[in-house]
Amino acid sequence: MSASAIAPSVHSLWTTAAPATEKFPTPHIEYAQLSPTLIVFGVAALGVLVEAFLPRKSRYTAQVGLAVVGLAAAFAAIVALAEKGYGTTKAHIAAMGAVAVDGPALFLQGTILLVALVAVFTFAERRLDPKAHGRHVDSFAAQGSAVPGGDQERAAVRAGFTTTEVFPLLMFAVGGMLIFPAANDLLTLFVALEVFSLPLYILCALARRNRLMSQESAVKYFLLGAFSSAFLLFGIALLYGYAGTVSYSGIASVIDGTAKTTPALASSTQNDALLLIGLAMVTVGLLFKVGAVPFHMWTPDVYQGAPTPVTGFMAAATKVAAFGALLRLLYVVLPGMRWDWRPVMWGVAIVTMVIGAVIAVTQTDVKRLLAYSSIAHAGFILAGVIAIDKSGVSSVLFYLAAYSFVTLGAFAVVTLVRDAGGEATHLSRWAGLGRRSPLVAAVFAVFLLAFAGIPLTSGFAGKFAVFKAAAQGGAMPLVIVGVISSAIAAFFYIRVIVLMFFSEPKADGPSVAVPSPLTSTAIAVGVAVTVVLGLAPQYFLDLADKAGVFVR
Amino acid sequence: MNPANYLYLAALLFTIGAAGVLIRRNAIVVFMCVELMLNACNLAFVTFSRMHGNLDGQVIAFFTMVVAAAEVVVGLAIIVSIFRSRHSASVDDANLMKL
Repeated sequence: MSASAIAPSVHSLWTTAAPATEKFPTPHIEYAQLSPTLIVFGVAALGVLVEAFLPRKSRYTAQVGLAVVGLAAAFAAIVALAEKGYGTTKAHIAAMGAVAVDGPALFLQGTILLVALVAVFTFAERRLDPKAHGRHVDSFAAQGSAVPGGDQERAAVRAGFTTTEVFPLLMFAVGGMLIFPAANDLLTLFVALEVFSLPLYILCALARRNRLMSQESAVKYFLLGAFSSAFLLFGIALLYGYAGTVSYSGIASVIDGTAKTTPALASSTQNDALLLIGLAMVTVGLLFKVGAVPFHMWTPDVYQGAPTPVTGFMAAATKVAAFGALLRLLYVVLPGMRWDWRPVMWGVAIVTMVIGAVIAVTQTDVKRLLAYSSIAHAGFILAGVIAIDKSGVSSVLFYLAAYSFVTLGAFAVVTLVRDAGGEATHLSRWAGLGRRSPLVAAVFAVFLLAFAGIPLTSGFAGKFAVFKAAAQGGAMPLVIVGVISSAIAAFFYIRVIVLMFFSEPKADGPSVAVPSPLTSTAIAVGVAVTVVLGLAPQYFLDLADKAGVFVR
Repeated sequence: MNPANYLYLAALLFTIGAAGVLIRRNAIVVFMCVELMLNACNLAFVTFSRMHGNLDGQVIAFFTMVVAAAEVVVGLAIIVSIFRSRHSASVDDANLMKL
């Protein structure tokens, strides 16, 4: 008998079999349910290839076509998923627990895709700027790397270069934004945040006119954005240290005390500091992206300096994505902690509404005015977030959809009012605009009334829904502050309308450029959504209500 | 050695980085301080990973490194472009837009 035959039995006298080493399981990805995001990223990658291989002349058409088709296809995929019931009955968590496919995610992704589709139209606009050397140019720098006013830039303009890279950058940003509100673990949240932030930093730096201001806004946005994402990441580290997992449901069950205890967990959950500081830091990172008040400093500078189409896209889509992520974090991970975070959020919401509205009164630049108004609106939306019940979710979803189209339309109108130096954004230049071009002024007035929340516009329906949810959630003082700051905000919106319609136009005032059908479509969509959501909000409120349940 | 000491070190590094972002005026140095904060996060992740005995934290550290690298690419491009047009990387000189 050979030694090898007895060896195992002898061996087993003084050893025991170790459990088989844990293998990494093959990830199981539900491609069909992730198709909207995958389509957008695929188109973005194709856009990079187009930049690399197509001759300069045909790039613009190819990029715009790709972007429009990609976004439309992704939206169709969202609708198909919603039709199959993934928003309601079949809601579940895909991609090994990384991404949630549920009502709020699909609703917000659909909103982001529509906003991006309209934004592509404003990005592609080429009739507003005067022709440079016989070629139509858009609002982006001829060559991003060239020094403003330098020889290289002049050569690039003479050669008719345009930065068609903005379309792939936009698509990458949209892809990140699609994942952000659907992220179901903190790692995915962080990666999605960076994926949509990094392209936005670059887009901010690419204005054709006022490039120094544009670059300055990019540096400010980048440094502050990186700073805030470092806070977010440290918060994630602390939450991981507390719960031993980064998945939302895992952390929630540890907070509730229903998780299976291990010795490590037993010692780490004794330390509430990890949980509280982690929660605070993650919230800081998200509130920065939202533009809520202690973390709003970047908003006016970035909105003013960035190319206006980018500002419109950023103001609308980033807010949708960031509020989606904030909602999911607070409603899925941290409902057990609501007695800790609600008072803080109350404070943030009140300060945001009041400061946004009050400082906006003193502004003299249209883009800065809209930036402060977006801060005030972040406060209104936060009031709905605080409600912490189902109506809170659905009212915030509706508000985001309504608000994003108003913002996009308003910034599209800002691109039209121009003088020799590009866009005339100083408010004094807008005096008497209603006399000179009644249509543009009237459209802008509609958007301003919607911002102010005047009945028969989408702004009123949204504000009503949000404040109603907040009042039902027991946040009555918040509603009172909200109504007062809406009144303050209405003052400066109405002031702009008065300025446009009831003051004498200046002799050397700005002219209103005649846009191509692209920008006209964008503005028309903005007006249409504003009016339809104002006159007949019920269908969309029901839609948001049906979509208002998170999967856990 | 008690792994909690690494957490104190991570918190210290994070604080140094945050203080640097707020105090230093050169955009590159500010950016380096942000990177220091990200690395402090990595240290915390790896330490917690060890304390909990699972691999999540170590895997996240790799993701953080990749993200930090991507951030360097974008950030340095922006900082270099503003340096070339202004011959200064000071964040105090970037003051075209004020209230």
